Amino acid sequence: MSLAPLPHAPAARAGFVRGFLSVPSAAIALAVFVAMSAAAFLAPWIAPQDPYDLMQVDIMDNLLRPGERAWSGMTHWLGTDGQGRDMLSAMLYGLRISLIVGILSGLIALAIGTLVGLVAAFRGGWVDAVLMRIVDLQLSFPTILVALILLVILGRGVDKIIIALVVVQWAYFARTVRGVALVESARDYVEAARGLRLGSLRILFLHVLPNCLPTMLVVATIQMAQAISLEATLSFLGVGLPPTRPSLGLLIANGFNYLQSGRWWISVLPGVVLLVLIVSVNVLGDRMRDVLNPHLGR
Amino acid sequence: MLEFILRRVAQAVLVLFVMTLLVFFGVHVIGNPVYIFASSECTRECLNDIIANLGLDRPIWEQYWLFLGNLLQGDLGRSFTHGVPAMSLIWQRFPATLELATAALVLALAAGLPLGLYAGLRPDSPVSKAIMGFSMLGFSVPIFWIGLILILTFSVRLGWLPAIGRGQLVEVLGVRVSFLTLDGLRHLAMPSFTLSLIMMSMVIRLTRAGMREVLHTDYIRFARANGIRESRVIGVHAMKNILIPVVTVLGMEFASVIAFAVVTESIFSWPGVGKMLIDAIAVLDRPLIVAYLIFVVVMFVTLNLLVDILYSVLDPRVRVGGRTR
Amino acid sequence: MIRLGLALLAAAFLAAAPAAAQTVLTIGVRSEAASLDPHWTQLSADLQVQEHIFEHLVDLDPASQPVPGLAVSWQPLDATTWEFRLRPGVTWHDGAPFTADDVIFSFDRLAAGIAGAPASPAFTLAKGGKRWVKIDDLTVHVLTNGPYPTVAEDLAMVPIVAAHVARGVTPSVDFNSGKAAVGTGPFMFEEFSPGNRISVVRNPNWWGGDPGWDRVVFRPVGQDAARLAALLNGDVDIIDYPPTVDLPQLEANPDFRVSTIPSDRLIYVILGNKSREPFVTDNAGNVLFPSPLRDWRVRKAMSLAIDRNAIRDRIMGGASEPTRNIVPPGFFGYVDDLQPDAFNPDEARRLLAAAGYPDGFRVTFQGPNDRYINDARIVETIAQMWTRVGIRTEVDTMPRNIFFSELIRGGPETFPGFDMPKFSVALTGWGTVAGEATYTVSGILETYNAATGGGNGNFGRYSNVLIDALSIRAKQTIDRTERLALLQQATRLGMEDYAFIPIHFQVNKWAMKASLEHTPRTNERTLAWEVRRVR
Repeated sequence: MSLAPLPHAPAARAGFVRGFLSVPSAAIALAVFVAMSAAAFLAPWIAPQDPYDLMQVDIMDNLLRPGERAWSGMTHWLGTDGQGRDMLSAMLYGLRISLIVGILSGLIALAIGTLVGLVAAFRGGWVDAVLMRIVDLQLSFPTILVALILLVILGRGVDKIIIALVVVQWAYFARTVRGVALVESARDYVEAARGLRLGSLRILFLHVLPNCLPTMLVVATIQMAQAISLEATLSFLGVGLPPTRPSLGLLIANGFNYLQSGRWWISVLPGVVLLVLIVSVNVLGDRMRDVLNPHLGR
Repeated sequence: MLEFILRRVAQAVLVLFVMTLLVFFGVHVIGNPVYIFASSECTRECLNDIIANLGLDRPIWEQYWLFLGNLLQGDLGRSFTHGVPAMSLIWQRFPATLELATAALVLALAAGLPLGLYAGLRPDSPVSKAIMGFSMLGFSVPIFWIGLILILTFSVRLGWLPAIGRGQLVEVLGVRVSFLTLDGLRHLAMPSFTLSLIMMSMVIRLTRAGMREVLHTDYIRFARANGIRESRVIGVHAMKNILIPVVTVLGMEFASVIAFAVVTESIFSWPGVGKMLIDAIAVLDRPLIVAYLIFVVVMFVTLNLLVDILYSVLDPRVRVGGRTR
Repeated sequence: MIRLGLALLAAAFLAAAPAAAQTVLTIGVRSEAASLDPHWTQLSADLQVQEHIFEHLVDLDPASQPVPGLAVSWQPLDATTWEFRLRPGVTWHDGAPFTADDVIFSFDRLAAGIAGAPASPAFTLAKGGKRWVKIDDLTVHVLTNGPYPTVAEDLAMVPIVAAHVARGVTPSVDFNSGKAAVGTGPFMFEEFSPGNRISVVRNPNWWGGDPGWDRVVFRPVGQDAARLAALLNGDVDIIDYPPTVDLPQLEANPDFRVSTIPSDRLIYVILGNKSREPFVTDNAGNVLFPSPLRDWRVRKAMSLAIDRNAIRDRIMGGASEPTRNIVPPGFFGYVDDLQPDAFNPDEARRLLAAAGYPDGFRVTFQGPNDRYINDARIVETIAQMWTRVGIRTEVDTMPRNIFFSELIRGGPETFPGFDMPKFSVALTGWGTVAGEATYTVSGILETYNAATGGGNGNFGRYSNVLIDALSIRAKQTIDRTERLALLQQATRLGMEDYAFIPIHFQVNKWAMKASLEHTPRTNERTLAWEVRRVR
């Protein structure tokens, strides 16, 4: 689904924040997202344990129930996993990885996609045709399959999964930005700027780009939710992240093996966190779309 | 017209060629399948025998050349593990995937349309809010997680549904399908629901949005004002306008549903092509991985080609400029 | 339209109604068989299903000791000639009699190699320069270049196919279609539906009598949790590799039964013997020279730092047997008084200090994550334990296709014949297929020699001339007492020198409905005639 270009409406932006928060679900989602991001990025300071430091993890403390005390005397409020990692800490660090992967891949894809979209829109002609053919081609393949094969070839690692996610995402941005840029460049102010003989790069970055931002923000938010979910799915399929640095998705996948024996906390807790994260991002994206363009439905 | 089609076909062939390059060389960078098949007692000599048997002793470009030559004759090579032509394996298993994806599509429409209609008609009722909340969840939940929870609930705790595999098959018009037997349906229930969730959410949202837009249009107001029954207004006049975007989007999504079946199939041990791919990756069955990918590429390129040609027939402007969507 | 659908539905239900009371055993297996051609691969998932249809001259009993199969007896006539007497009165599934011609055909088919096959056990046949001749319809001689004590055990790996059926067929394809899947075994081919099920039916004329089931269905379920779910809700009757985390609950559940036997699969840690090991550094990250792994005290410290009982109880759900041997108890070559190293972190720290590493060092510990039971978790746990005694350990686990390429060959740039494993410290496994230690000693303790196959599994490139001498002599000693002494001596030397660090033998488990009982096998195979209904 591609988004139609948004109208150029500076007046709407003034009341953006107020309008955005006027719906309680959006306000809650924003609060949740901010809180989760803060917790994730403060993980090294607020987590009770560093789950990557093997000195702090003891196999003898594995599979403790939430609230149980370890040999060391430490209380694991959310229990421990099969290796003896504190679940609260593992989830904070996992959230961190999921967010880093989602945000970084989104930003890089955004940068690449914006560049390609702007170039296509501004140069037009065969450059536009070729670039858009590539975008079409990319979009015609299912993301999960492309990412899966890429990761099989690339191997494991945070950098690798970010590369794979960028590859499957950039085309969305490119197409959206091109659409918006085409509309914008036809507008009076761009014509006026051209009349003033401003350099085309300057027009591009000072005038066209800022007007693409709202649309890109919406696309970026939705893509971030997609990226986080996709990363979890790929980790579940056994490609993507190394098991020693588990993201939320990997924690869920690892924990599933313990579900039947009643150790629900290893899989269910990260599952809930992941769900809350993705839902809040999606709600934010929805609301943003509504505020920025009330006529746009999904 | 003819020139346009020829140009598009030429482009499709070029794309196919580029994809064979990417896929073939991509798959050949990973690991070495020989060490999967050799037993621990295998000496250097025996390893060399296996390498020669698999044709891996030739330089990679020569292997590619052979592959391309065979591809032109419709032969995608032989699976290392199965020892049978890769295409025959794909054809054997593709019906299962197609059945799963179709079942998911039907489910998405059957549940999504009425829910979306209701939410569109009464946007402020609590039920509608719940429906929209559900659709938001459907978008957000990673499908592997839902699949696992379903297995735990319905097959382990309650014992209502089988957890794995495809049920009893019956032959209809030469194709073996499972949705006509009770056993088959019970096996189909959980995987197809899991796979349908994203589509279902999409249908709900599209229907709701379409409904709300349509209700404000003049002709519906006009129809209402003329005293046409409400059910007819919605059932005939509104539906027509809602179904078009729904069908368009689902048509575009269907291919990616087939791809997402990779996840569903590996959870529910569904004997389709997706699970075959995952298994093939685990043992580095290169010909099978390559064959599956080429199969998918051909499928998508052909679909796109058809869409392009169809568009151009419907809208002659497309032929002049680039394609716009 | 609707009526037609209903009619179809009704017809389908009728078709689905169960036939007359048949005894059907449904087995949920972790890995799917890909080919029914018994000479196509050596993957155990394939062999397991094939063994229901095809047989060998020599069978292995549940403890992997050789017993008569299609041969009733065998004996060495002299140092280089073995005589096999074939079982009279055996028929193929199509009714034709089984004779020495079939044996010769099968050996020839294997020795010639099968085009396109990813692996064939031809090497077992070629090993020691074996040749074979038919003496009469029920006698075959196997001739070797030198003394060759384990001919019988090796032939337990060589399935016999029917000469009159398999001659000229397309390998694998015609077996999977059922056309050439004609054997002498207890079950006959019925259906092979890839990814879904493989079924075989009872062979009423089997020489071994009644195999106990009218039909056996293999269903592949790769996901551990899904396989267990399938057992719990009755989709399947018995599963292999029940997930270890669920073993305690399963064993306590009166509705289910678990069968148990130690396997022949040794899980061990290889330690690199180069003077510079790329993955062994000081605490600042510089590669250490000489590598601390060359110091016997360091290797011993690494062994003492491992709490094998904790791995058994906390990771393996009890399904492992800590060891310091290379073959499991009961196997030819087992050394009674080699007991697993007791967990002793203080002694480990003392040894490290004595070796000159009071502050420890750093290693990267590699391993597969989809090959052995809980492999990645074992790697992580050992890493924890080493870190605690001062050897700061990074963990790197990978899929087996990548792991084994790099473990065995080190990478594509390695010159063939001089393969150099890439890893310095890695977890791997070795299965003693034939129930005796000759090729285990040779494979994992002998110095690596690409030409003879010695040290094939010696990925640390450990080298000890004393062990080499003992091992090479053992391979040529037919007298069992003498050979046993040589093998035990070699094992003892290797273990006392910490040639590698043995962790445990996996313990094979199967979980089944309480109405069944099962004789578990050391070699991990699930064979239908070893599963019985409880009266």
